[in-house]
Formats: sequence, C-alpha cells, structure tokens
Amino acid sequence: MDFDLNEEQSLLQDSIRRTLTDRYGFEARRGFMASETGWSRELWAQYAELGLLGLPFSEEDGGFGGGAEEMLILAEQMGRFITLEPWFSTLVLGGGFLRHGADAGLRGELVPGIAGGETLLAFAQQERQSRYDLHDVQTTAKRDGSGWVITGRKGMVLHGDTADHFIVTARTGGGQRDRQGVGVFLVPKGEASSIRGFRQVDGSRAAEVAFENARASHCLSEDGMDLVDRVVDEAIAALAAEAVGAMDVVHGMTVDYMKTRTQFGRPIGSFQALQHKAADMLVAIEQSRSMAYFAAMASRGEDAAERRRDMHAVKVQVGRASRLVGQLSIQLHGGIAMTMEYAAGHYFKRLTVNEATFGDTDHHLRALSDAGGLVQAA
Amino acid sequence: MELKFTEAEKAFRQEVRDFLAAELPEATRQHMIAGKSPTKEMVVEWQRKLNARGWAAPEWPVEHGGPGWTPAQKYIFREELQMWPAPSPLGFNINMCGPVVIEFGTEEQKKRFLPRMRNLDDWWCQGFSEPGAGSDLAGLKTKAVREGDHWVINGQKTWTTLAQHADWIFVLARTNPEAKKQEGISFFLVDMKTPGISVRPIITIEGGHEVNEVWFDDVKVPAENLVGEENKGWDCAKFLLGNERFGQARVGASRERIRRLKTIAKETLDNGRPLIEDPEFRRQVTEMEVELKALEMTVMRVIANETKRAGTGKPDPATSVLKIKGTEIQQGVSELLMKAAGPYAWVDGDPEAEGSNEWEVAPDWAFGLAGIYFNWRKQSIYGGSNEIQRNIMAKAFLGL
Repeated sequence: MDFDLNEEQSLLQDSIRRTLTDRYGFEARRGFMASETGWSRELWAQYAELGLLGLPFSEEDGGFGGGAEEMLILAEQMGRFITLEPWFSTLVLGGGFLRHGADAGLRGELVPGIAGGETLLAFAQQERQSRYDLHDVQTTAKRDGSGWVITGRKGMVLHGDTADHFIVTARTGGGQRDRQGVGVFLVPKGEASSIRGFRQVDGSRAAEVAFENARASHCLSEDGMDLVDRVVDEAIAALAAEAVGAMDVVHGMTVDYMKTRTQFGRPIGSFQALQHKAADMLVAIEQSRSMAYFAAMASRGEDAAERRRDMHAVKVQVGRASRLVGQLSIQLHGGIAMTMEYAAGHYFKRLTVNEATFGDTDHHLRALSDAGGLVQAA
Repeated sequence: MELKFTEAEKAFRQEVRDFLAAELPEATRQHMIAGKSPTKEMVVEWQRKLNARGWAAPEWPVEHGGPGWTPAQKYIFREELQMWPAPSPLGFNINMCGPVVIEFGTEEQKKRFLPRMRNLDDWWCQGFSEPGAGSDLAGLKTKAVREGDHWVINGQKTWTTLAQHADWIFVLARTNPEAKKQEGISFFLVDMKTPGISVRPIITIEGGHEVNEVWFDDVKVPAENLVGEENKGWDCAKFLLGNERFGQARVGASRERIRRLKTIAKETLDNGRPLIEDPEFRRQVTEMEVELKALEMTVMRVIANETKRAGTGKPDPATSVLKIKGTEIQQGVSELLMKAAGPYAWVDGDPEAEGSNEWEVAPDWAFGLAGIYFNWRKQSIYGGSNEIQRNIMAKAFLGL
C-alpha cells in the first residue's frame, strides 16, 4: 500500500488547490452563494478545463479515467474550500449511476457533455417518509408503451434546481419498503411538473421536484437497489474525503486564532484546557483521514455486503469526527465564529450536513451493528 | 429537610397555569412551540399583563413591585412559564439591570427607572462585552471621561442582544485608566437615543439578527446616570453576572423542548417505524431527561440556599454547575431535534422569520431545526463561557 501521491496525482491536487486558492476566497464564495444559481458557472467551466469533470469516466466514454484515488483528491480539495458547485451531484452521484448503470450508448451520449461542463445531473431519491432508507419509495414507475412514466414527489434534491437530468428512484413493483422493485430512471428536467429550488443551511442549492406522469428517457435498472447501494457507497467515500478537507481547514483556522487571540494578557492557545481540545480535534482528523483512504479503497469492493459494512464504518468514524471538530471549532473561537462574517461557522454548517448525508452516524452505527460489525467472532 | 412541595405551593402552580391559560395569546404560544423566540410585540404585551397581575418582577423586593414570593414560588413561576411555553419576564430589565439599580442605585434612579422596567416601557440591553473583552470582561476598553455634569463615553460594545429593540443600555466603561483593571470600571445607564450611539447588526451563522455592535462616539451621559460609586462598577457587574448564570439553567424550557422532541419523534418515521421506537434514539432522549432531572433538583437546592446566603457575598459553586449543565442539555436537545428531522432540517432561512417555509419543501415542524441547533452553540460561549465556568470552579471552590 502506498499513501503517497504519484506525480500525476500531485499535479492534479496542485492544480485544483491553486485554482481554488485564487478563485474561492471567503468573499468570492459568498458572492457565488448570493448569485441566482447559488454557485459559479464560470468556476464550473474552469473545472472542465482542468479536466476535473471528466475525472470519474473512462477514456472510451470521453472522460479522463480517474479512479477512487483521484476522486478522493478532488473531494478533499472541494472540502477544503467548501465549494458550492454541483461536483458531488453530477460527478459522484450522476457519474456513478452512468458508470455502473448506463450502457455504452447512453454514456457516450452524456459523458462528453458532463466532462465539458454543459450537462448537470441530480439524484432524486428523498421522500417525506423515507428518511435515510433509500429503498423506502412511494414514487411509482409505470410502463407506458416501450417506456416508463414516473409519478411522485422527491425532496431535498441536491442541485435539483439546475440539473438537466434527474436520476430518480421509483417503484416498479413490491411494497413501499421492499428492497425489490425499486427502479432507477433517467428523467430530463423538462418532464418534471414542478421544480422548487431553495438554499440549504450549508449554502448549497437543492430542490423539491414533482413528477406527474413524467416520461423517463432511460431505465437504468428495473430492480436497482444494488446499483443504488454501489453508487451511494462511492458517494460516502467522497463525502468522507470532503469532510477531511473541511475539518483540516477549520482546525487550522481555529489553531491560528488560538495563537493570536489574547485574553487575560496572553494568547488563549496558552491555556492547557484549550490545547487539549485542539489536540483532540487533530486526533479525530487523523483517524478520519485514515478512514477516508479506507473508504476510497473499500468503496470499489465487489462483495456488496462487505462493502456496505465498510462504508457504515466510514460514516460512523467520519461523522463523529465532523461533529466534534465542527462544534469545537466554534467553541474554541468563541463568539466570533458564531457570525456569518467568519468562515469557521460555514465549515461547521457544511460538516453538519455532510455528517447526515446518506444517513447520520446513528443510522450507520445501527446498520453496522445489525450486520454483525467488522470483526467476526472466532 | 422536607423534600416535597407543600399544598400551598401546588395551589400556586395551578394559579400560574390558570393565568397562562386565560391571558397568554395562543399565537404567542404556538410561535414558541415552533421553537422561535417571541417577537418584541409578544414580549411587551405579555410583560404588561404580568405587571398588571403584579408578577412582572419575581425577584424584586415588594417595595419595588415584586410579588414577595418564596424561593419555591419563584422557581415554580419560572418553570411554568418556560414549560407552557410563554415569554419570560424580559431578562435585561428584570434579572439584570433592575436588581443592580435596586442594590446599588440611588432613590432617584429607583423611582425613575424601576416602574418603567417592570412595565417594559423601556426595553433595556446589556453593554458589557467588547471585541477585545469577552471571557476577560475586565479587559474592557470603552472609556468614560467626566466633563462637568456629564460623562463622555467612547468605545465599542459587541454581542449586544436585541439592541435593535432597546430604549436604554447599561454600560460598563473604564473611568480610571490608571487603576488595576477591575478597579477602574463604572456602571452607567444610557439612553439609546443619545447622539453618538449607533447600532450595527451582527448576523449569526443561522441567518438571524439577534446580536449587534453598539458604538459610542462622544456620547454625553448625565452624571446622575452613574450607578453606585465611581470605579466600583465591577461590583455591579459581578452581582449581575451571578444573577445571569442563575437564569441559564432553563429547566422548564428544556422540558418543553423534550416534550416537543418526543411528539415529533412519534410522528417521524425511521426504518419505517416511529422514530421514538428506535432504542438508540430513545436512549439518547432518555439520557437528556435524566440529566435534566438532576439539574432540576440542583436548581431547587440553589434556590433553597439563596435566602441563607443572602448578604454573605460568597459565590456558590452551583451557579457554574447550572450554567454548564443547563447549556449542555439545551444544546443536546436542539441537536436531537435536528437529528429527528433528518435531511428536512436543512432548508435554509431565518428560523425566527414567519413564513420562511413558503415553498413547503419540508414539513413545517422540521423547518429551521438545523438553524436553531447552530444558533444554540452560542449558549456554551455567552454569559461566561463554559471553560470560564470550569476555571471559576477550579479556582474558587477547589482551591486549585
């Protein structure tokens, strides 16, 4: 096992970091957030130029053939700058569904547009009753001639207000909570009967999307929970890397503040009680970084049951660290980090949402423990 | 020792509940059940109803309009209001500035300010913290210089809660730059309409406008608005902060939030079943309830001791316990509420604003719960951060 980046990977990391350092300062980010789309189309075009948007796809499909390691590098850098662009929706989720669920024809149709920055995707799965259960689906898919029509309402669809295509889970058979009979469909945005966009607390955009006999352009799977799990497991790896990037930055910010803020005539960083908290944060971040590497490795595993258990473990470890680091960043700063004008609070909010995306810590701890944990009895 | 409420105390509890049922507008109650702070209008209307009933200033002596309650009655009253939920008597007026004026003020000041505080004719705010003086409050730099029959104040205060509503502000300012830092501070009452005062909003991370910066630029304050002796303002501040911590336990408020949490968890599905049926979630809620019960008894012990301690000037370790546990419980419950809502807690918008969920992209009950969790992180920072509370305990009570 080699934890060092190779030359190409170093170049990739440097080029993302340089671009974001130049273009993604705190004020710039606020500007993007306040704009109509809520993120920067211009930056998105720049990501395309850097080759980032083709990263998850093979060269035959029109991509750049990156693997789990390259996605980890991308996600960590995006986390360091808490970027608002739809990289997670389009590349990780959308890209995952295309790689694992689309035939070569469909990939050839969509990947060049994604890699070029013109095409955006969003994953529409959440329903009011479903909470973190991806198989809890009321939305229906009915055969109509040679195709399918979708009816139902999906909430909290990340970047649903700018997506060109939705990847929608809809029931082709079985009962509301059956694992069997959950189909996965590609639906062009024009087929949605309403798309109501809004901002989430972490600054990213989302939408409530309603489908009323919406015609799917493609069926990725008629019985697709295995496909969904596979894609979500890769997404969990990306979320872990993103969280590590965000934690590392907000921790650095906190330590810098402790060195410069004086109270009682000395820097607050000289107080041992605070030093220990900052050290605890570092312990949590180091453990999370390890877990993010593990996630990148395990997320491509072919044994679905083992892979699921591994990814539950990743969510538990990184989720707990995100909560600890987020909360302590605010506490160690004091009031200043409670203000919208200061960056730490924005990292805290992003980490809070990241922690519960595709299941919070409690959800995954229960799932892992129900699945027998990681170590088998002798 | 007699560990039970008397019949008279039980009757008093019922009297408070009857009053709440008859007098508190239902709209105010529903607004607060949704987790929002009451608006200025709601607070003013309610404070005046309390004042008409003689209940506006539970802690004040009878001669200044207090109800003359026993410690147990004060406790019952506070808890019943929080549990209803109803707005508490405005803290800046009733628990902060009022007691300072009663303890340290002149007869003139008492006559002039106390009745208006009680009836909320004047809304007060607190001018203590500064950008460079947070945990180290005595390091404050705002200056007051005597010029004839006036003081002239210059400087900047921050984290001034609800200054946008305020008619008056009580201010700590340095009057003797030569003295040791606690010894050169004085306590002033300042009309917010005085020329030279400007208020700038601070927007907190959840998007709300609750706190402010207050700037003083050659603000002329009449000499008679000094409270207590010149350079003895730190005594007023210590006295006031002792009272502030006392109010931070908020046992009734936490009980009301847990009740709300359990209602929500009954209606929210997790794993296809009500969330409250998940043993892990229920365990977390139950842990909060146990912590809260212990805190409730601690509060009662502190209250019972209060009369005995009066005048001894000795600090009570329990006040720091109340601050630490009270804020930990409130933060913990706010986190469980956010967790109960799952992804639907994430819709952005000022949780305090009416109608922010106009798009109906989340259930009404879930709206703003992440924002409230974010906002409540302040609780372990303000009023003497929880680290400072531990320092106080280690130094003053453990002799470390």
